Amino acid sequence: MLKRTSLFGEHQKLGARLVDFGGWELPVQYAGIIDEHLNCRMNAGIFDVSHMGEIHVQGADSGSYLDFLVSNDVKNMSVGQAIYSVMCNLNGGAVDDLVIYRRAFDRFLVVVNASNTEKDFNHMVTVYNEYQYQWGDLQVTNESARYSQIAIQGPKSRSILSKITETALEKVKTYWFSEGVVLNNIPAIFARTGYTGEDGFEIYIDWNSGPEVWRALMEAGQTDGLRPCGLGARDTLRLEMKYPLYGNELTDETLPLEAGLGWVVKLNKADFIGRDRILEASQRGLNRKLIGFKLLEKGIPRHGYLIYNEEGTQRIGEVTSGSQSPSLNRAIGIGYVDIDSSKIGTKLTIEIRHNKYSAEVVATPFYKRPYAIS
Amino acid sequence: MRFPNDLKYTKEHEWAKIEGETVTIGITDHAQKALGDIVYVELPTVGRVLKQGETFGVVESIKAVSDLYAPVAGKILAVNAHLVEDPSLVNQDPHGRAWMLKIEMTDSHSTDLLIDSESYSNYVEKI
Repeated sequence: MLKRTSLFGEHQKLGARLVDFGGWELPVQYAGIIDEHLNCRMNAGIFDVSHMGEIHVQGADSGSYLDFLVSNDVKNMSVGQAIYSVMCNLNGGAVDDLVIYRRAFDRFLVVVNASNTEKDFNHMVTVYNEYQYQWGDLQVTNESARYSQIAIQGPKSRSILSKITETALEKVKTYWFSEGVVLNNIPAIFARTGYTGEDGFEIYIDWNSGPEVWRALMEAGQTDGLRPCGLGARDTLRLEMKYPLYGNELTDETLPLEAGLGWVVKLNKADFIGRDRILEASQRGLNRKLIGFKLLEKGIPRHGYLIYNEEGTQRIGEVTSGSQSPSLNRAIGIGYVDIDSSKIGTKLTIEIRHNKYSAEVVATPFYKRPYAIS
Repeated sequence: MRFPNDLKYTKEHEWAKIEGETVTIGITDHAQKALGDIVYVELPTVGRVLKQGETFGVVESIKAVSDLYAPVAGKILAVNAHLVEDPSLVNQDPHGRAWMLKIEMTDSHSTDLLIDSESYSNYVEKI
């Protein structure tokens, strides 16, 4: 039996096509992936992301505990701040990528990928048990079933959301959040975060309030062109930004530096799990790197296709994600290649159904939003 | 969903329009809806001889890659080059402007395996 979010009934009413996404029955599309994608970039899109995992960490030493668990600097976060980070294993590989919200000095919300929730939670508990003496009393609890999460993304997202809350959203800067209420006193976290490259918010509310808030947003956004987006558009939107998707770009074997996530790896902070191996790899030099490429011929690169050198004689890597880019109207992909072939402008070939197609390493993100966030 | 009467169908969701020995083929309205936005079409070259059921090309949507199967056996007389340039025609007009191949049938019995619009629409409803 597939798991359903609180918004399942809304998706059905909207005529969504539902699919099995890692054990969750979720909409892959409503009107069509390309329309949803372009509308999110032009107006705004609303996404059900309630399948994401929410883990609470509470206790005086929460900050130093999380600081030891993840690669980014948690200890120095302000209350109200969010950070993106990688949680590594002892080999420096990615257990998951996640967002941490500091709700109080001693209280954090950790939001993880749906398919990794169990694994992450177990990892966090194991680490706590192993090093308990360092942190004293600390509660780590998996609260995923208590939350509905709705993302509203796109240039008009703030003005739409502001119609159903008094919270001063313009004061919530990118990668910060505010706690307030939505509609009739429904407690909510408004986080200025997302997975599309657009301005936007991720709204955390209790499970039961999901449908009410979803419907209110749909209504508030009607005149602004707000439309629902499924997992299909979510994937093409994040691909255009080269945002990694766990399972594609990140696995338990991926070093965050290879994935281009050096900016969330703080090697100079206090020790964290995986640090030694990451440091070692960075001193030795990386073997491979995640690059973005465009196809120079007609064709669509896909997850798992092999990457060869320009002449097509030597295998140098593998595509991790690829699609037709709705914004650029051309085929793009991301993948790992040998470090020597990772420079912008390098010519590659992609093997598609036993034929070789020319491609070129390009600067990323593929798409840049044409407005400033205010 | 449309199931034109003048066409024959396969359970692989191709349609065939039979005019004497010449058969025009494409994918059905049901197929394009199921696939979603078509972004890539790969078709064979004129002159190639296809067996019935043989893979002759590929359509790709944002999410999926699907093989195309020849509904009848024969020699390819014409290929719709517009489709390769504008794959979205498959979504817009699957039974018309998005025709894929014209085939000269080499074995007229190969139409025996095709089903009519009523059988096809019944089949699709059960999926």
